[in-house]
Amino acid sequence: MTDWLTPEEWQAVALSLRVSFWATLLSLPIGIATAYALARGRFWGRQVLNGLVHLPLILPPVVTGYLLLATFGRRGTLGAFLESSFGLVLAFRWTGAALAAAVMAFPLMVRAIRLAIEAVDPRLEQAAGTLGASRPWVFVTVTLPLILPGIIAGAILAFAKAMGEFGATITFVSNIPGQTQTLPSAIYSFLQVPGGEPQALRLVLIAVAVAMVALLASEWVSRAVARRIGGA
Amino acid sequence: MTLSVSLRHGFGSFALDLAFEAPPGVTVLFGRSGSGKTSVVNAVAGLLRPDAGRISLGDTLLCDTTRRIHVPPHRRRIGYVFQDARLFPHLTVRGNLLYGRWFTQRATVPLDHVVDLLGIGALLDRRPGALSGGEKQRVAIGRALLAEPRLLLMDEPLAALDEARKAEILPYLERLRDEVAVPVLYVSHALAEVARLATTLVVLEGGRVTHAGPAAALLADPAAVPALGIREAGAVLEARVVRHEADGLTQLAVSGGTLLLPRVAAEPGALLRIRIHAQDVMLSRAQPEGLSALNILPAVVTSLRQGDGPGAMVQLRCGSDLILARITRRSATALGLEPGVACHAVLKSVAVAQGDVGRATDAAPRGG
Repeated sequence: MTDWLTPEEWQAVALSLRVSFWATLLSLPIGIATAYALARGRFWGRQVLNGLVHLPLILPPVVTGYLLLATFGRRGTLGAFLESSFGLVLAFRWTGAALAAAVMAFPLMVRAIRLAIEAVDPRLEQAAGTLGASRPWVFVTVTLPLILPGIIAGAILAFAKAMGEFGATITFVSNIPGQTQTLPSAIYSFLQVPGGEPQALRLVLIAVAVAMVALLASEWVSRAVARRIGGA
Repeated sequence: MTLSVSLRHGFGSFALDLAFEAPPGVTVLFGRSGSGKTSVVNAVAGLLRPDAGRISLGDTLLCDTTRRIHVPPHRRRIGYVFQDARLFPHLTVRGNLLYGRWFTQRATVPLDHVVDLLGIGALLDRRPGALSGGEKQRVAIGRALLAEPRLLLMDEPLAALDEARKAEILPYLERLRDEVAVPVLYVSHALAEVARLATTLVVLEGGRVTHAGPAAALLADPAAVPALGIREAGAVLEARVVRHEADGLTQLAVSGGTLLLPRVAAEPGALLRIRIHAQDVMLSRAQPEGLSALNILPAVVTSLRQGDGPGAMVQLRCGSDLILARITRRSATALGLEPGVACHAVLKSVAVAQGDVGRATDAAPRGG
């Protein structure tokens, strides 16, 4: 298995998988809550929230990375607080790479889930209410199962995006082999070295494979879930 | 348990301002579309917060705007059957039926009983997407019943169905009325449904109650006829099946005499509701002779209501029942009809249409 990848390359692949996994998993609950608020909420500042969520999609990734560094760096307000209260350091660590990936992937995740929530008929939720279900129970027993395909699609999309995140990651946590060198950062590094193309090419193939598998898996899972829900 | 409702609510140009009581049995809210029926039902369910009003069910206060009380829908224990079934697509029929059980400690209504009552045994493992409109509606009724409601709301549950599906469901609704002790508030704009199901009738027009009272009395009240629709007007009476005769007719006993109808699918002894359209009743002062009509009942005029047009609506007492006859003003004058006058009501044999004969006690068709 490791024969055709050098330990350094292997490290980059494993790190990327780890970063993407945690980035997706931890942002999922926040993503669902945000998508619900955007789809159903009628509160002041909804458009502002919508704009904030979509900002990483539009801003140059370098800018997002810099903003993360300014906020979560050891001298940033939140960064200093996290370090002094929880001993959690994000800058130049793989955890920071996960944060950067999560922030960059967040708009895609929220979009997919929000579309799913908007497709749920609120009258079904009303019906659940008349059958004795309180608001939280309605969400768990009716809304959540109905938006499951959207959640899965959003999660897989976010995972694929996190695997490929480069700009914000390299700005926020740099490109330290074994620490913060993710798959795209490694490809970039190999391309900077004369004769590094073969190594870069191997990683590119892995990146393409991971993206394809993620895409196919998301298609397959959401179709299976939709078939179960549709009942036809 | 009596539901008592008084409401005021504005929707821009339209305003709801009404009060009525729904005693046990089936209370039908009758009115044209746009008369505010669904809003009333939504307020009772708690889905609509009225501007002002008070709603109580038995001793339980559900809503009182003066005391800022508004019990949320999930705490009201009021079942709601929507016009568009609203079954949960991700659950099987069984899952839908048992949904309300997750949120109640009571389980007095057995699943088997409801499944039998509604004839949905063969559907339990299917998903709602694979059901016909009529089947969906029956499952929706079962789902509401199994949530142990203290009141059942039905918002035009038949409106989205074609005539055949309506005919399929009506017998189940009649069984529901006769076998389940839960009071029902039923919204409808079809007088045929009212005639079959209602024990109490509340007529809405433009957000206000124009008539309210026991259904049999109101359907036979000439003053209520304009609100119900002249073409459809007609009294409802109870009849008991006496016997099936050899020539294919069925003899029925009503309080004022006997009727002969083309074979009725009910056992002797069964109690039926029959409906006699006002425009299918002829009146004669003398004992009619040489007529092809089989059904002639002696009657006494109790009231007479002249319309704006050439027609008149006559209310007659037949035994202990009231029936309506729609005749012309000219005939009413010529016959000298006025309260207290005895006459004969000639019911054209077609007047009691088979489709309008409710089956109160016989077994309803099974299966899907």
